[in-house]
Amino acid sequence: MLRTFCLIFTMLISALSATASAAEDFDALINQLPHKNLRNITPLLEKIAAQDDERVRFVLTEIVNGDLYYLKSNKQVVSIRKTPDGDYQLTAIIGEQALENQSKSAMKKIRTSNRIRSDIRGLLAQLDLTHKKEAVRLAAVKQILDDPNSESIALIKKHLKTEKSEDVVQLMETAMAVNQFKTGSVQEKTSATKALKNSLEPSVRNAMVQELNRLSEYKNSELSEDDKALKAALTKAIDSIKQKRSIYEFIENLFFGLSLGSVLLLAAIGLAITFGVMGVINMAHGEMIMLGAYTTYVVQQLFPQWIDYSLFIAIPAAFIVSGSVGILIERGVIRFLKGRPLETLLATFGISLILQQLVRTIFSPLNRTVAAPEWMSGSWQINPIFSITYNRLYIVIFALAVFFALLAFMKRSSLGLHVRAVAQNREMARALSVRSDRVDAITFGLGSGIAGIAGVVLSQLTNVGPNLGQSYIIDSFLVVVFGGVGNLWGTLVAAMSLGSFNKFLEPLTGSVLANIIVLVGLVLFIQKRPKGLFPQKGRAAE
Amino acid sequence: MIPQSIQDLFKKFGSLPVVVGCLFITTLYVSVCNLAFSEGSALHVSTYTVTLFGKYLCYALLALAVDLVWGYCGILSLGHGAFFALGGYAMGMYLMRQIGDRGVYGNPELPDFMVFLNWESLPWYWAGSDSFIWMIFMVLAGPGLLAYIFGSMAFRSRVSGVYLSIMTQAMTYALMLAFFRNEMGFGGNNGLTDFKDILGFSLQSDTTRIVLFALTALFLALGFALCHFIVNSKMGRVVTAIRDSESRVRFIGYKPEHYKVWIFVVSAMLAGIAGAMYVPQVGIINPGEFSPLNSIEMVIWVAIGGRGSLYGAIIGALVVSYAKTRFTAIMPEAWLYALGGLFVLVTLLLPKGIAGFVPSVLDKFKQAKKDKSIAEKRAAEVKS
Repeated sequence: MLRTFCLIFTMLISALSATASAAEDFDALINQLPHKNLRNITPLLEKIAAQDDERVRFVLTEIVNGDLYYLKSNKQVVSIRKTPDGDYQLTAIIGEQALENQSKSAMKKIRTSNRIRSDIRGLLAQLDLTHKKEAVRLAAVKQILDDPNSESIALIKKHLKTEKSEDVVQLMETAMAVNQFKTGSVQEKTSATKALKNSLEPSVRNAMVQELNRLSEYKNSELSEDDKALKAALTKAIDSIKQKRSIYEFIENLFFGLSLGSVLLLAAIGLAITFGVMGVINMAHGEMIMLGAYTTYVVQQLFPQWIDYSLFIAIPAAFIVSGSVGILIERGVIRFLKGRPLETLLATFGISLILQQLVRTIFSPLNRTVAAPEWMSGSWQINPIFSITYNRLYIVIFALAVFFALLAFMKRSSLGLHVRAVAQNREMARALSVRSDRVDAITFGLGSGIAGIAGVVLSQLTNVGPNLGQSYIIDSFLVVVFGGVGNLWGTLVAAMSLGSFNKFLEPLTGSVLANIIVLVGLVLFIQKRPKGLFPQKGRAAE
Repeated sequence: MIPQSIQDLFKKFGSLPVVVGCLFITTLYVSVCNLAFSEGSALHVSTYTVTLFGKYLCYALLALAVDLVWGYCGILSLGHGAFFALGGYAMGMYLMRQIGDRGVYGNPELPDFMVFLNWESLPWYWAGSDSFIWMIFMVLAGPGLLAYIFGSMAFRSRVSGVYLSIMTQAMTYALMLAFFRNEMGFGGNNGLTDFKDILGFSLQSDTTRIVLFALTALFLALGFALCHFIVNSKMGRVVTAIRDSESRVRFIGYKPEHYKVWIFVVSAMLAGIAGAMYVPQVGIINPGEFSPLNSIEMVIWVAIGGRGSLYGAIIGALVVSYAKTRFTAIMPEAWLYALGGLFVLVTLLLPKGIAGFVPSVLDKFKQAKKDKSIAEKRAAEVKS
């Protein structure tokens, strides 16, 4: 028993001392730095790079950047940063504590030459290639790919066997092929071209185009057979890459279009309920969106420690806030104006002015920034030229989810049935004991609540300000009218097609002009088909 | 109360002589007080006030235009700001060319902003903009043409009611976005400004201002007379009928779209004139005038004044504009509350506006008086 205990104890001690000694080694090596000169510093740097210590990378990059100094007085190695008032802020490498600011005359730089710097870069690349995280390794290979040289390719060859990740291996092979392409004989170039014809890396394409341009300078008769074969292979490969790129460009535009479309959908879907189903013109709809956005802001202010989860609180909160304001508006104003759409338009416009000013008074007229949670940021790199940002992806998914939930509510629930019944024939529905007043209030609240949810989403995309809603109201109305009033599917189709149309026009015309063209196109379309894409069938004279 | 003679006059000619008379008296009073009395005198009217009144009168003319289509034809246009601004831009272009080489860059041909954008020559649509006659033509033709194209398309395909309102709003919104672009050649964000003189008269001088003010009043009077004439003509009857029941008018055999386009174009031209008179008095025209909010504010003037009554529109524009000037000076925060509240309250409580409210109160008052006298008579009869 005692022996086992002793054994464990010794093992612990030795383990501890091992890490301690590693750190000590690193410290010792660092302390040697001031004593070296340009000729004999390289072996020391290699030793430092071989250390298993987190600070290695930092020290080496500081040397490359010329920010590593030592104090003349005690030979302490420090990294420096210039402060705004011209002084230098020092951080000791060993112990990592901040020191007093010093002027430059008290320190001396760890001197390097071009050659040493390139050595260090090699060391850094090696460090990265063996890094634990896959992303770091990928980035390292990518950097080599941009400017391959014999040393870095040798490094890659060395690590290729031990590399486990499929992506990294693939990229390494591409890098080797590019190197072969750049330095090899004509036959090797041809074979490398064939190997690379599916690669989408921009550097691959650049290298190929360069080579092709070089070959094009000669007349056909001056080229050897091999050269001709290379030229043919290059043309083919570049064409294939171009084709692939254009496909991805198309997909990218389509995705941007869909993501704009989902924003439009979210903004318009609430309106599709109040305007499309109830026939009430709610000019304050944009302000319901704005209220939702401000609710997100308030939620984040109330729970600053839970930014990551704030959206999950904000979505129901915004639904409730905007929904209840909506019900208030319906009960207070709109129900007295039944059957007078133009008056409803004016009254709700007045309400929108009041709400805007209210927000200005409470939150100031300045824009508020709403923080984005961690999981919304970043992007999904599908291949070198095509990536999808997570926030847009989530918004597309979320918008569709809201849409289908709403559709299910309208088609499946009994309340939805009542809503449709009142929309189709109010008197008949009342005769069948549907409480139309209550249905009106609930429908209006639902539409406004969904606008609030749209506000939560918009707060992730744009600044939150009192005019947030105003910029969406015209678009939303047009989406609903374009899709066909009273038709939820029409709204979906309209939003998505308008979004895509806008995004496909944008590269050609610029965003403002694209916006104008879409607006004018819509106005013309509605002149032609006043009932929208999917008109409701009916037999009334007007 | 109101003398019998005036009441008779009212019955005979409607409100026409009253409005024209009021305008004439105001103009005379303001001009005389501005020019004849020196500063510091109790009767003096400052040039600032003159310009302010001139602005109000432009608004009144604009309100008249809105009332003509909304009050009498049932077309709620949320895009009259576009016609107003187009008229303003036509005038602005002319005034811009009158600056000549007195601009910052001293270029005799190009306005400053074009020099700034490194443009070599005037774009084609600026051709002729230095001619006064051409400017007058454009003030009428610009808004008129837009209204004709828009109206004939919309009314032929029977877009009406709320749809039409949203379309007009989209139209002015699109125009606003377009005019904000520097490439459009209308000064972009800053618009057209820094005007120096009109027909050789300096815009800064008091006399020019008075003349502009008087001209605005004249145009307002003419506009009022024109609207009065249209509304009371046979054609006006058809227009009113369209407002009340379009399909019935169509079934009888009229073509409502022709009438609607016609009245829409006339109204747009009136709005254009208002814009053209507005610009030299205010000294600037920028794309902000196209903003949908402005167009809606025009509608509220008419709603408050009383739609379907021409003098009501004028009263509404004057009252609301005056309130806006006062409010924004005293407590700028409260103005939007007040405006928003007005929208809600007027639509809920005063569907006919001030012009409808006052007579109805008078009627009630008269009715009460009559009832009282009848009751007294009866009481007397019973006694005897």
